[in-house]
Amino acid sequence: MSYSEEVREQAREIIARYPEGRQRSALLPMLHLVQSVDGYVTPEGIAFCAETIGITKAQVAAVSTFYTMYKREATGDFLVSVCTNTLCDVMGGQRAFDALSEYLEVGDNETTPDGKITLEHAECLAACDYAPVMTVNYEFYDKTDPDAAVALAKSLQNDERPRPTRGARLCTLKELSKQLAGWDEDRPGAVGDTASGDASLAGARLAAEAGVTAGTPDPETPLIKKEDAS
Amino acid sequence: MSRPSPEVLAKLTPVLTKRWLTPDAWDIDVYEQLDGYAALRKALKYTPDEVISFMKESGHRGRGGAGFPTGVKWSFVPKEDGKPHYLVVNADEGEPGTCKDLPLMMNDPHSLIEGMIIACWALHSQKAFIYIRGEAVHAARRLRNAVAQAKQRGYLGKNILNSGMDLDIVVHSGAGAYICGEETALLDSLEGFRGQPRLRPPFPAAAGLYAQPTNINNVGTIASVPHIVLGGADWWKSLGSENAAGTMIYSLSGRVKNPGQYECGMGITLRELLELAGGMEDGHDLKFFTPGGSSTPVLTADHQDVPLDFDNVAKAGSILGTTALMIYSDADSPVYCAYRWVKFYAHESCGKCTPCREGNYWLTRLYKRILSGQGTYEDLDTLLDASENINGRAFCALGDGAAACVTSSIQHFKQDYIDLIEGHRRPLLDATDLVGAH
Repeated sequence: MSYSEEVREQAREIIARYPEGRQRSALLPMLHLVQSVDGYVTPEGIAFCAETIGITKAQVAAVSTFYTMYKREATGDFLVSVCTNTLCDVMGGQRAFDALSEYLEVGDNETTPDGKITLEHAECLAACDYAPVMTVNYEFYDKTDPDAAVALAKSLQNDERPRPTRGARLCTLKELSKQLAGWDEDRPGAVGDTASGDASLAGARLAAEAGVTAGTPDPETPLIKKEDAS
Repeated sequence: MSRPSPEVLAKLTPVLTKRWLTPDAWDIDVYEQLDGYAALRKALKYTPDEVISFMKESGHRGRGGAGFPTGVKWSFVPKEDGKPHYLVVNADEGEPGTCKDLPLMMNDPHSLIEGMIIACWALHSQKAFIYIRGEAVHAARRLRNAVAQAKQRGYLGKNILNSGMDLDIVVHSGAGAYICGEETALLDSLEGFRGQPRLRPPFPAAAGLYAQPTNINNVGTIASVPHIVLGGADWWKSLGSENAAGTMIYSLSGRVKNPGQYECGMGITLRELLELAGGMEDGHDLKFFTPGGSSTPVLTADHQDVPLDFDNVAKAGSILGTTALMIYSDADSPVYCAYRWVKFYAHESCGKCTPCREGNYWLTRLYKRILSGQGTYEDLDTLLDASENINGRAFCALGDGAAACVTSSIQHFKQDYIDLIEGHRRPLLDATDLVGAH
């Protein structure tokens, strides 16, 4: 098997996060780990997970095929996902997806011949207040439209990495998969990259401008009244 | 844009969102300057049982959709049974329309960590997990950073603040499956299996993660805890309405001028929320909305004055859910929207229960036929019949959600279906892939 001692050590680190005897909990992060090495879940990756955790390859494959983020074929450096769930769809998400599909000449879950971009339609990405949304390696490009989506794809093809509207600076999908496996962000400053847009802050800003608060309760207020205290 | 009136502005109650405007509030130094970890120090002066009694007294209810009283839920975890107890935070936000937990974890991750430590004190738990949706990488990044910072300051680890309490928190990323937001499917997933719901009983409080006593709470439920502990039960109750204490982040999306997160006391109405959000988008009139995500039956423009709290939304025939208000206008077809939701449920059905797995597949086919102009009156009856056979007949509520969007859209917008069937409206889908569906 081709995994380095470093990867094997990482697998052991993952297992150590979970209570003793519960090493199967490590399976999801381990599948992210093999994707960080191989770019998708390969037969070798399945065998590695099975051997390390002590379950069968069939058991690993049953899990890896259940979840959409585990890819069964080589995936591009950049996974471009467009939300086409109901709200994003009616707001233009499907049109953005169709434009990308036409421009890149790939369909859902397909990769461009140069191996750079994989396109997929996504179900709700929990950013409906920025609809329609798309993501690159799960970082958000909010309020997209067909032109913006294609322009973004062109930049990625030109090895530019345009900053997401919300989310950290881009890295490759393999690099990101290491974080999905549970490791901290190690690029200086990336944790602080923009996380909020106008929609997230809309209510808080209105309240601040109007000077509205939820009151200033006394932090010394006892949790329980004295006569109730044991 | 017209400004909201002072009366409506006064309904904003920033508690969970109050730190979001402060730069770098995700960092522990800034968080500590903004009352961070003060609630933990306060809670540790009380016994675990006292904290649970306090949570019951506060009237706080779960923010994940079901609205179960939090203190009562905590009290279900057995005491002094010699078993490990687990706290699992459900951060698998993915219900269409719902987008309140991700911004919270991005902007104020330490409030969740602090709430978890207080909850673990009450539950005698030494190990806690945040099961975060895989796609939510930026929130996970900030959470992992927050856990590391909290550990460095002694809020996590051994003998926390000399209380004798040990606690370790693991941030566990999922891998893309809506069903894992269902709490027992989440547990299976966290144990390294396919995310499929479990039969209850036993309930997680008795046999949850690794068959040990487990408490599962939503992000907003737990992140509220430090605020409630600092402000007290009476203050929290004063912010909400009857049977619905505290504030809620209402998420407005769709055909509104300023979509976004608006934190208000429980019981605000859609009319007031629309005023806060600058009104409907130009050229759009409100037609229908979901009060709490796609799984909650749609309501119509006639429901704009329903107070959005647990009891009043139920009286109006829907569910408060996650207060995810997707706003649709006369430009949007309720038939197409129901189709797209059903397609989503068909995609996300885990396949364990036959009514949900097969029913959603056939509902999708029926919708395709109607939307491509080939529907019949009988299709309407079949849609309702199939929905009835899904609703309540599966292990979990995923199928119920699918049935809810079908039945509610037919209930309120039957004419839109008939217009498509009778050809008064041009088809919205083409029928090329329908060969063999008749």
